[in-house]
Amino acid sequence: MDKFETLTGIAAPMPLVNIDTDMIIPKQFLKTIKRSGLGANLFDEMRFDRQGNEIADFVLNKPQYREAEILVAGDNFGCGSSREHAPWAIKDFGIRCVIAPSYADIFYNNCFKNGILPIVLPQEQVDAVMKDAEKGANARVSIDLNAQTVTLSDGEVFSFEVDSFKKHCLMNGLDDIGLTLEKVDSVKAFEAKASAARPWV
Amino acid sequence: MSPKTLYDKIWDAHVAHEAEDGTCLLYIDRHLVHEVTSPQAFEGLRMANRSVHAPDKTIAVPDHNVPTTLDRANAKTMTEDSRVQVEALDKNAKEFGLHYYPVSDVRQGIVHIVGPEQGWTLPGMTVVCGDSHTATHGAFGSLAHGIGTSEVEHVLATQTLIQKKSKNMKVEITGKLRPGVTAKDITMSVIGETGTAGGTGYVIEYCGEAIRDLSMEGRMTVCNMAIEGGARAGLIAPDQTTYDYCMGRPHAPKGAAWEAAVAYWKTLFTDEGAHFDKVITLKGEDIAPSVTWGTSPEDVLPITAVVPSPTDYQGGKVEAVQRSLDYMGLTPGMPLSEIEIDTVFIGSCTNGRIEDLRAAAAILKGKKIKDGLRAMIVPGSGLVRAQAEEEGLADIFKEAGFEWRLAGCSMCLAMNPDQLAEGERCASTSNRNFEGRQGYKGRTHLVSPGMAAAAAITGKLTDVREMM
Repeated sequence: MDKFETLTGIAAPMPLVNIDTDMIIPKQFLKTIKRSGLGANLFDEMRFDRQGNEIADFVLNKPQYREAEILVAGDNFGCGSSREHAPWAIKDFGIRCVIAPSYADIFYNNCFKNGILPIVLPQEQVDAVMKDAEKGANARVSIDLNAQTVTLSDGEVFSFEVDSFKKHCLMNGLDDIGLTLEKVDSVKAFEAKASAARPWV
Repeated sequence: MSPKTLYDKIWDAHVAHEAEDGTCLLYIDRHLVHEVTSPQAFEGLRMANRSVHAPDKTIAVPDHNVPTTLDRANAKTMTEDSRVQVEALDKNAKEFGLHYYPVSDVRQGIVHIVGPEQGWTLPGMTVVCGDSHTATHGAFGSLAHGIGTSEVEHVLATQTLIQKKSKNMKVEITGKLRPGVTAKDITMSVIGETGTAGGTGYVIEYCGEAIRDLSMEGRMTVCNMAIEGGARAGLIAPDQTTYDYCMGRPHAPKGAAWEAAVAYWKTLFTDEGAHFDKVITLKGEDIAPSVTWGTSPEDVLPITAVVPSPTDYQGGKVEAVQRSLDYMGLTPGMPLSEIEIDTVFIGSCTNGRIEDLRAAAAILKGKKIKDGLRAMIVPGSGLVRAQAEEEGLADIFKEAGFEWRLAGCSMCLAMNPDQLAEGERCASTSNRNFEGRQGYKGRTHLVSPGMAAAAAITGKLTDVREMM
């Protein structure tokens, strides 16, 4: 997995609540057996018309946001399905960080498995980042995961919380499965105990 | 010992390892797998030269993009990319030695219907699947939630999940439901109360007389939509209704093992005085037949209400409501019961079980659907379909003018050819009314099976109580 330490980049504003996984990556793109290439269809039905032409006023089609690496959004971002195609599409587009007041649980977890940092800030701070993002490409937002800070273009700094284990894995690009397999003895001991207690399982 | 909730008890029984910061390895008893969210996980295993840790606890079935038309044995009815995904599951199930129900098997169906039907899902278990509606299995008092593909790979390789304990919410539905009100109306009303983010970070335990009175099918409907309220899992404590449903299922324990299992299951309840982080109580008698008007499951109202106005809301929801109304083509103040529909879909992991089909048939018996309307019933599994045929329900549906399909997820998420056309409006027994969910620019109104049947007859959203 790609490491995430610091990031300074363009933030794209999407001031909408309940941006769901069907919006992020519509189902017709879930038929792939690969993880790559989904960025071309990120927010497909908001970004393109039926003929495949760009919809000019969609944020990621505007010249100043085409290279965005940060997305700023409303409450409950990523609600809906468990499809990891959603973070795959976001990452493949080039976005490495999302800032919102809240996320759906499954989406939030999926981000950390893919080198994406989902930052939770209180609504009024998200509003400030949104305002900064609306300035366009000249306003660059900086993220420092180690320091757990978001710095706006005018120098204002917000701190955020993140689970220490998730932070450690993201900063070091660690493979969860490898870490868990180191504890295989605990798992085997649990299995022996559980199969004695609940043999029907 | 301090009193425990049902969630505490199941959690404690499955912690295989706990780190100092509270990060746990939670052991997984059942892993359900379907074709859409698994190919990348199996590919990951191959690339790292890893095997499936517990293939005997892993059950696979294709459901999301299989055709539901009667000619589906003919592979030409599948698009090339769908066929590739289903074939990948065929190959992975065989190569890794999983329990498998291929498209040709009568037991095939929606993964969340097949699991309980075959007795794979039992009380007190941990159940995961790369699908958010895994919450369904919580109806048995098993801790069940959806996971992403990376976690699918993690469970395949280790039979565990890295987890921290969630907060715990109690949702109590007191008293009795009124006639015409169903499990679907309960679960939608709860979301109306909490909002779609109200359950985020929580595991919900549903309790109270109205929940106890539900069949297992109804309980599955309630837990299925826990995720639409933001909760990863919903739970209902097992009782005699649960044991009766499980008994004799192909993979349920038998004989002495059954007795031991039931004795254990009887310990699975929330102790008197146990702590919940949040409590919500609704009166069963206050719940009405419900319908969604917008593009989020929280946009729900009784069928007797009118379309709301953005000015009824505050904050970010004002803009969201305006966007929903524009998308849905609705005007504030319009009675919901005057909204005309083009399509009716009855099925899905929310409402594709036999009881749902019986409820629809009770309304449709001897009636015809409105001229020009498209209506389809997609049973949740091949066995549900067979039972509905045996009970004569299929004849009622066909005589009424419904298409009677083979099992699959179908128009709930429209990955197969069952889709809404642009601007079409559907009364649907599924679980999500998101923009584009049932087809590009399609418009979805979520309802119970009885309400869907009533709408099929009149051609508009209809109070099912007028048809009873």
